Amino acid sequence: MKKFKWSNLYLFLVFVILYVPIVYLIFYSFSEGDAMNHYHGFTWAHYAALFADTRMIQIVIDTLLLALLSSLIATTIGTLGALAIHRTSRPFVKNTVLSLNNILMVSPDVIIGASFLIFYTALKIPLGFGSVLMSHIAFSIPIVVLMVLPKLQEMRQSMLDAARDLGSTNAQILSRVVVPFITPGILSGFFMAFTYSLDDFAVTFFVTGNGFSTLAVEIYARARQGISLEINALSGVMFIFALLLVVGYYFIQQGSQTRKAKHKAESEAKLNEATH
Amino acid sequence: MAFYVPYGLWLALFVIAPVVLIIYQSFFDINGHVTLANYQTYFSSGTYILMTFNSVWYAFLITAFTLIISYPTAYLLHYTKHKQLWLLLIILPTWINLLLKAYAFIGIFSQNGGINTFLSMLGIGPKQFLFTDFSFIFVASYIEIPFMILPIFNGIEELNESFVNASRDLGAKWWQTFTKVIWPLTISGVKSGVQAVFIPSLSLFMLTRLIGGNRVITLGTAIEEHFLVTMNWGMGSTIGVVLIVAMVIIMFLTGERKKRGRAHEKV
Repeated sequence: MKKFKWSNLYLFLVFVILYVPIVYLIFYSFSEGDAMNHYHGFTWAHYAALFADTRMIQIVIDTLLLALLSSLIATTIGTLGALAIHRTSRPFVKNTVLSLNNILMVSPDVIIGASFLIFYTALKIPLGFGSVLMSHIAFSIPIVVLMVLPKLQEMRQSMLDAARDLGSTNAQILSRVVVPFITPGILSGFFMAFTYSLDDFAVTFFVTGNGFSTLAVEIYARARQGISLEINALSGVMFIFALLLVVGYYFIQQGSQTRKAKHKAESEAKLNEATH
Repeated sequence: MAFYVPYGLWLALFVIAPVVLIIYQSFFDINGHVTLANYQTYFSSGTYILMTFNSVWYAFLITAFTLIISYPTAYLLHYTKHKQLWLLLIILPTWINLLLKAYAFIGIFSQNGGINTFLSMLGIGPKQFLFTDFSFIFVASYIEIPFMILPIFNGIEELNESFVNASRDLGAKWWQTFTKVIWPLTISGVKSGVQAVFIPSLSLFMLTRLIGGNRVITLGTAIEEHFLVTMNWGMGSTIGVVLIVAMVIIMFLTGERKKRGRAHEKV
């Protein structure tokens, strides 16, 4: 028999605490009745209500579209930014830009939301999809930079020199050598930007105005009115989605690691051949 | 360099301009007159000072509780067999929207909710959980735990096991090994974790509204109130400036702040 260990019990309890609220939510999404107490019997009714709720479906589509658009644009700008920072040789400029880059990463959400609200009002930019999109792009850029920059630093100068010696132009070096090399970083950056956008509530809440709503803002509005098991059904759906995202991210990471390991093994094998 | 153009524009428009604007706005009163009155109100009326003190105190409690729970968790996770998988399970709840988790606790803590049903079965009877300080701190700690575990876990991963073995071989007791070797060598992870939890904890206005029932007022709640309810942007900005100063102090005390936990560093 396996020996009982207190440490395992502790870990087990932490995991229970982490997952109980989520399980609780999903459990009651299958309950007849209209509150999160006294399980009344199994039903799909709340899921049916969710999928019949056109307003909610529209908000889900808007939220996903927003996340996709903002993370695509943020990844583009962030990657360009990382390339620019990487090329900067003066340490003072580099450090200043990096510190500025991190401001939005460390600021509390309310500060970002409030200051963006002042900013849009000052420029007379109407609040709505546009302002929310710009905000999401803005707070996703720094994480993309932080994911791409280490990849650029891993890249060896000799590779670029070799490409140049073999006669490639700057554009070719960028598209054939640099971009393929940093692609894992770009993908991780895109992924993080996507989840940042999906996850955000506070910043969106400040800059959304009246017409446009994301899922988080809608949940907040409904939760303030009380319990509605349709939200439980929604969390069931979102849990599955989160699960898929996590598994996806896991494979991106694993993929880049095994590829790295393979490369290493290959180059070592070649080295061995050469020396023998 | 052409690469700098979009990124530089972003830096200027969305990083520098908003910070300047929030400081600028803090010098205006509700009628648009330039004034120092906001700062005067903030520092002379006891309410704001008390609120700030409370907010920092709550954030401190939340950080302390998450640290107490997270450090042993991260430490034990390090020695589990399939640690990457367990780590993924720690990360997974952070991908569920924070609002949904808060909403779950509305159900769990409510009069007829899970906890009270359980307590009634034990004969303790239903108690008021929702809209108390306890529930706010509990839910906030719950939400922040993964963000504390990840940096500490990374810190422990970097710890060279031979130091621990050496200390044991040299006759150190378990507690001595921990205080003299393990803790000092993992302190940077703890610092990142504290930063990742403390600063957001100052501004969790949605939790104070949904779980704290407006009994708990944090700096974040006050800013939200001034910006979106009373429309006194000047006062809101003043509190914002105070929050920024608090943030700079925290960062100064705990060294350079790294990006907020989650999956960035390692999955």
